[in-house]
Amino acid sequence: MSGFSTILRRELTLSLRSQGDVMTVIAFFAIAAALFAFGVGPELNVQSRIASGVVWTTALLAALLSLERLFALDYEDGTLDQLMLSGTEPIAMVLAKTLAHWLTTGLALLIAAPVVALALQLPTQAYGALMMSLALGTPTLSLLGAVGAALILGAKRGGVLLSLLLLPLYIPILIFGAAAVEGATLGLSTSAPYAVLGGLLVAALTLCPWAAASALRHALE
Amino acid sequence: MHKYANPTFFMRIANAVFPYAAGISILCFAVGIPLALVFSPPDYQQGETVRIMYVHVPAAWMGSMVYGVMAVSSAVYLIWRHTIAHIIARASAPIGAMFTALCLVTGMLWGEPMWGTWWVWDARLTSMLILLFLYIGYIALGDSFEDQERGDKASAMLALVGSVNLPIIHFSVEWWNTLHQPAIRSFEGFSINAAMLWPLLLMVFAFQTYYVSVLIIRLRGELLSAKIRTARFNLAAAE
Repeated sequence: MSGFSTILRRELTLSLRSQGDVMTVIAFFAIAAALFAFGVGPELNVQSRIASGVVWTTALLAALLSLERLFALDYEDGTLDQLMLSGTEPIAMVLAKTLAHWLTTGLALLIAAPVVALALQLPTQAYGALMMSLALGTPTLSLLGAVGAALILGAKRGGVLLSLLLLPLYIPILIFGAAAVEGATLGLSTSAPYAVLGGLLVAALTLCPWAAASALRHALE
Repeated sequence: MHKYANPTFFMRIANAVFPYAAGISILCFAVGIPLALVFSPPDYQQGETVRIMYVHVPAAWMGSMVYGVMAVSSAVYLIWRHTIAHIIARASAPIGAMFTALCLVTGMLWGEPMWGTWWVWDARLTSMLILLFLYIGYIALGDSFEDQERGDKASAMLALVGSVNLPIIHFSVEWWNTLHQPAIRSFEGFSINAAMLWPLLLMVFAFQTYYVSVLIIRLRGELLSAKIRTARFNLAAAE
C-alpha cells in the first residue's frame, strides 16, 4: 500500500505545483455552462428548466479535458515504465492516479457546481440532488477515463479519439445524474437514480482499474 | 480449438463454407424479400408500415450479434494471442456498424408514421446509438497507431469494455417501459403471428448468411494485405 500513497502524493504535488491544472478545469466548466446560457437566451425559466442537464453535461466535458494527460506525460518521458517496474501493483498505481484525477477534477467540479447552477437558475430544492449525483457520478467518470487514457497511449490523434471512446460510455452516467437532479426539481424521489449511479460506481471500481492496468501493460510491451 | 488458429487452415475451411453461405443468403433473400414486402399480411394496427420490421429486426439482431462475435474474438485474441481471432473482429466491425446504422435508419423511418416522431431518447434507441459509436470508436482506435500490434491490442480491449452495452440493449425494453415495443423473441416463444414469423425468420437467416459471406470476403482481403505488407518488408530488407 505504500506505493499507492507515494504515487497519490506525487500526483497531487505535481498538479498542485502547476495550479493551472485545477483552475483550467473549473474555468472550462464555467465558460461551457455560460455558452449554454448565451445559446438559449436570457429567459430565466428556460435556463432553470435546462440547468440540471447543462451542469451535468459541462461537468462531464470538463472531466474529460484533463484525462488525456493522465498517463500520457509519464508514458512519454518513461516514468510509466519505472512505475510499472517499481514493484507497486499496477492496479494500485492506476487507482492512485485515478484518485488523484478525481481529487483534482471531480472534487473541484463538485465545489464549483453549485455556483454554476446558481447562475443557471437551478431551483433551490435540487442542489442536494446535484451534489449527491455528482459525488456518485464523477468518480465513475474518472475510472472509465483511466481505461480510455490507457488505451490511447501512443495513438496518433489522442484527444479526439479519447472523446470518441469515452463519451458513449459516459451517456448512462449523464442520464441518471441528470435524472436525479430533474427528479429533485420536480419533487420526486431520487433514490432510484442514486442507486443506479452507486451501482455503476461499484462496477467501475471493480473492473476499470484492472482493465486500465492491463491496457498499460500492453502499451508498454 | 487451437488448430483453427492457423490462418491457412482456417481460410481453407472458410473458403469451403463460402459458396454455401453466399448461396443460402441469395436464396433466402430471393424468397424472403417478396414474402416480407408483398405477400405477408399487413398488421391490423400498423397497416403496411409493418413491413419495415422485416429489415429493421434482423438488422438490430445482427448489430448486437456481430458485436458479440467481435467481443468474443477479441477475448480469444487477448488470451491466446491468436491473430486470426483479431482479424475476424476487425473484419466484422464495419459490417456490424452498417447493420446497426441500417437498424437506426429503418427505425427512424418506422417511428415517424407510428409514433409521430423520427427519434425518441428512450433506452433501446439510445443504447443502439451507443453501439454504433462503439463500432466507430473501435475502428478509429485500431487505425490510430503506427505500431499495428499496439492498435490491435488496444481495440481488442475496447471491444471487451464496450460489451457491457450488449445486455443493456437486450434488456432495455424490459427495464424501461417506453415507446419501443417489447421483444418478439422471449423464453416463452415468439409473440408474433406465424404468417409474419416465417418471412421474418427467413430474413434473419438471410442476414446471418450474408454476414458470414461478407466476413469471409473481408478475411481474404485482410490476409492478402498482411501478405503484401510482409512481402514489401522483405523486399525493402533485401535492398
